[in-house]
Amino acid sequence: MSKTPILEAIDVTKRYGTVTAVDHLNLAVPKGVCFGLLGPNGAGKTTLVEIIEGIIAPTSGHVLYQGRPRAASFFERIGIMFQQTALLSFMTVHETLATFQSLYPHSIDIEELIRLCYLEDIRKQLNDKISGGQRQRLLLALALVNQPDLLFLDEPSTGLDPQARRNLWDIVANIKRQGKTIILTTHYMEEAEHLCDIIAIMDHGQMIAQGSPAQLIDQYTEGMHIDLPAECMVNVSELPAADITVLDERAVIQVHDMNRVVQRLLAAGVDLTHMTVHSPTLETVFLNLTGRQLRD
Amino acid sequence: MSFKRLWAMLWARNHEFFRDRAAFGWNFMFPFLLVAGFAVIFGGDEPKDFKVGIFPCDSVQAAYDVDECLPPTLKGVRQVQYLGFENLEQGLDKLRHHRIDLLIEKGSPPFRYWVSNSSPKGYTVEKILIGNLVDDADRVMARQEVVTARQIRYIDWLFPGIIGMNMMFSALYGVGFVVVRYRKNGVLKRLKATPLTAFEYLTAQMLSRLFVLAFTLIILWVGCDLIFRFTVEGSYVDLLLIFLLGSLSLTSLGLVIASRGTSEEFSNGVLNFITWPMMFLSEVWFSIEGAPHWVKLTAKAFPLTHMLSAVRKIMNDGATLADVSVELAFLIGFTLLFLIVGASLFSWNK
Repeated sequence: MSKTPILEAIDVTKRYGTVTAVDHLNLAVPKGVCFGLLGPNGAGKTTLVEIIEGIIAPTSGHVLYQGRPRAASFFERIGIMFQQTALLSFMTVHETLATFQSLYPHSIDIEELIRLCYLEDIRKQLNDKISGGQRQRLLLALALVNQPDLLFLDEPSTGLDPQARRNLWDIVANIKRQGKTIILTTHYMEEAEHLCDIIAIMDHGQMIAQGSPAQLIDQYTEGMHIDLPAECMVNVSELPAADITVLDERAVIQVHDMNRVVQRLLAAGVDLTHMTVHSPTLETVFLNLTGRQLRD
Repeated sequence: MSFKRLWAMLWARNHEFFRDRAAFGWNFMFPFLLVAGFAVIFGGDEPKDFKVGIFPCDSVQAAYDVDECLPPTLKGVRQVQYLGFENLEQGLDKLRHHRIDLLIEKGSPPFRYWVSNSSPKGYTVEKILIGNLVDDADRVMARQEVVTARQIRYIDWLFPGIIGMNMMFSALYGVGFVVVRYRKNGVLKRLKATPLTAFEYLTAQMLSRLFVLAFTLIILWVGCDLIFRFTVEGSYVDLLLIFLLGSLSLTSLGLVIASRGTSEEFSNGVLNFITWPMMFLSEVWFSIEGAPHWVKLTAKAFPLTHMLSAVRKIMNDGATLADVSVELAFLIGFTLLFLIVGASLFSWNK
């Protein structure tokens, strides 16, 4: 990895009237990584990404690409898959790719792109006649048409069924292997954990945590969780080094010393047949950092 | 500027236009419908502008010609169509609702007649009929001279107006609506994330619409010419140049409307706000000769006014480009002004 970040956001702020969507935020993305940006709804992720992409201007602060302010050629070097984009009407998949190919001075061979994104079967279909998964693959292909160094994927698998999602992940994993830098925003923790090398968590327009998935789990979670039917806990008076929460007739026990807790439960005559043990995940990190309050 | 990118956008827009069967069908059929409409309206007898009722004359039930009810002195008045009514009440009801312009009681002179004082056509037809009845040579204002030169038919005067109106609606809605829709659904945002510039995109939209306008113009012109046999006194090349400049200025105005906003409803309101006054004041349907000065001045603010003025001068009077230099200057000026304003206001984003 090169020491100069491929992308830097320095003290970036974006205000809409009295609302501050991004608040004096700093960010550095190393070259060749998949950088995940997580945050609850309204955290400012999309605004930040659109500032970095050059779609909207920040109120203050600046963005550097390969250590320099972005030039007009920046759009030739990046690929973007937006969260919500309509496509040119009455065009086939192949024609759409060819049209976008014409917009760039350097581009990938369309046949290669079609193979990479599994678009062979729908190449002659009109854009508005393809399924959600096919559409996402086409949008990804459009983002790759100029062989970008830096790829932005904004919630690429939202609304896809599990098969289509896995299929998209395979394509992204392939792109990663080519050494491209990816900035991924997502609501799916599993997706972030599966694809990202570095994850940054945003809330209220600020960056609140950053690191590899393992680092974040290690830093922002404690122990493991034991899940038991709540009625099993009636005769249990006290557990060593554990916090107990009862949710929906289930007792969730946060455990620091698994052996001692299990011994104590057995000693109290608790039936462990229906016990499940959970390791902390990125979702635990996310909820610990951003809270459990519903965001719209 | 990259011609490759411009061509890609032009190609994409034209594909969209020709593949959208509903929109293409309408755009293709509309000129034919206009031609057919013209043929029906102007292809038959001389149009009757005034309707005069006569009673008692139940020509419908009795199945005889209304002319049989007319006294000889009222027959043969040009532009007056007579309608028979059973009685006074029936005739007055039609007069009150402006279904007829004047009502006459059948009989011998002096005729009793009724006219609505809120009807301008009633006043006019009253004067026409009185003039037809009075044989007073001393009061004739001047001696009638027959114009021997080629007469300009009403259709010759009206036809450029209809073409201009069609171009205006096509240019403004065809560009304004499409760009606003693309901004609303995010296509513009996606295009912004490419090296495509606003100038290239807008130029492609403009050229695509010019192509559509030229296509429609040719169909309409050839179709109407086959039926009405227009005589163009001036040069066809000059005429084409004026149509081209007119199309450019109207399309550029469409780009100004399309430069901002994501609401198709709001854009529709703005388009109505512009097109309706332009249609009435640019002399599409009628001349504004004799209208107050401020009305004439307002009309000058519309590119359609200058396009129609130049087209009519070339078509009907054999004017050259030098004769229509003022109109040319206005059309070029409007095009540049609208392009500058449209390009400077243009936003890819919502």
